[in-house]
Amino acid sequence: MYFIDPHVHMVSRVTDDYERMRRMGCVAVSEPAFWAGFDRGSVDGFRDYYRQLTEFEPTRAGWSGIQHYTWLCINAKEAENVELSREVIAMIPEFLDKPGVLGIGEIGLNKNTPNEATIFREHLELAAKTNELVLIHTPHLVDKYKGTRMIVDMLQERDDIPPHRVLIDHVEEHTVKVAKDGGFWCAMTLYPTTKCTPARAADIIERYGDDHIMVNSAGDWGPSNPCAVPDFIQEMRHRGHTEAKIRKIVYENPLEFFRQCERFEFTPPE
Amino acid sequence: MTIQSADVVLDRHFLELRCEVLNLAAAFDRIERSEGYKSVRDDGRMELLRQGLDILRTEGTDRAERVQMLFSDEYEAGWNQ
Repeated sequence: MYFIDPHVHMVSRVTDDYERMRRMGCVAVSEPAFWAGFDRGSVDGFRDYYRQLTEFEPTRAGWSGIQHYTWLCINAKEAENVELSREVIAMIPEFLDKPGVLGIGEIGLNKNTPNEATIFREHLELAAKTNELVLIHTPHLVDKYKGTRMIVDMLQERDDIPPHRVLIDHVEEHTVKVAKDGGFWCAMTLYPTTKCTPARAADIIERYGDDHIMVNSAGDWGPSNPCAVPDFIQEMRHRGHTEAKIRKIVYENPLEFFRQCERFEFTPPE
Repeated sequence: MTIQSADVVLDRHFLELRCEVLNLAAAFDRIERSEGYKSVRDDGRMELLRQGLDILRTEGTDRAERVQMLFSDEYEAGWNQ
């Protein structure tokens, strides 16, 4: 089955991972900007990172026949440096018209601090001004429920970003309803130790349905599996779900969300 | 909607659930036989784990959600007013 991984940090992965993903049926990935494992020191560090995301990474993905899309932001982990965050947000528009850029993301909260909230709101301001889609990171573990509620509160402070243009990521059993009730798209991340497993993601689909929801691997530089989406496909098949239902979650739903971006161009597999 | 019948689900998962219960039992044993156990016996995290086990012993279809909430910070409505 063809699938799209709507959240995977391929800059952290080797080319062999692209090859394995393609062999498993991956036809496209979207890669949000994220934390590099250390705090970057200058706006030029981000400018170089955005060049990697918008120029080299699509080329490398193309070597394996995978279409590559990206999202731009400064990650919540680095938002404690408010001055640098503002410089980066002011620089992002240089890249917004590049092919493959889908919007602003992954923005959000990490430890639910006031500085994170400030920078999240300023990212939303940029998204509203430039009419961009928004991809949102929700915190991990003990911070997730509170952080997700805070994020929804901040989104609902304004009326110029419709909820159907926002994807709230890393939802789990206690936050999926918060996202869905708000009218937002949501995604489950299949990630060892933190976040969700393929079986729990299938449970959530069985409880909350397959509308406006997708799954991703968030494969990055930590312990993670860029072929986690096929694991979810296999789990759904084990349970007897139809191919059409599975395809909706792993292929059609990401396309429906991405197609709201005017720049989005996609070549379906033959 | 769940397609599988309960006996099929139980058949499929019994051995892995048995394994997960054993992993929990062994981890609690490991903590208790380690030096300094008395100092962590009343650690808040140990109490959370005990409460999590209590949730597993209840009935319902939302145990996972309740365990998630057990391990979550409290949200204060109106924080942004």
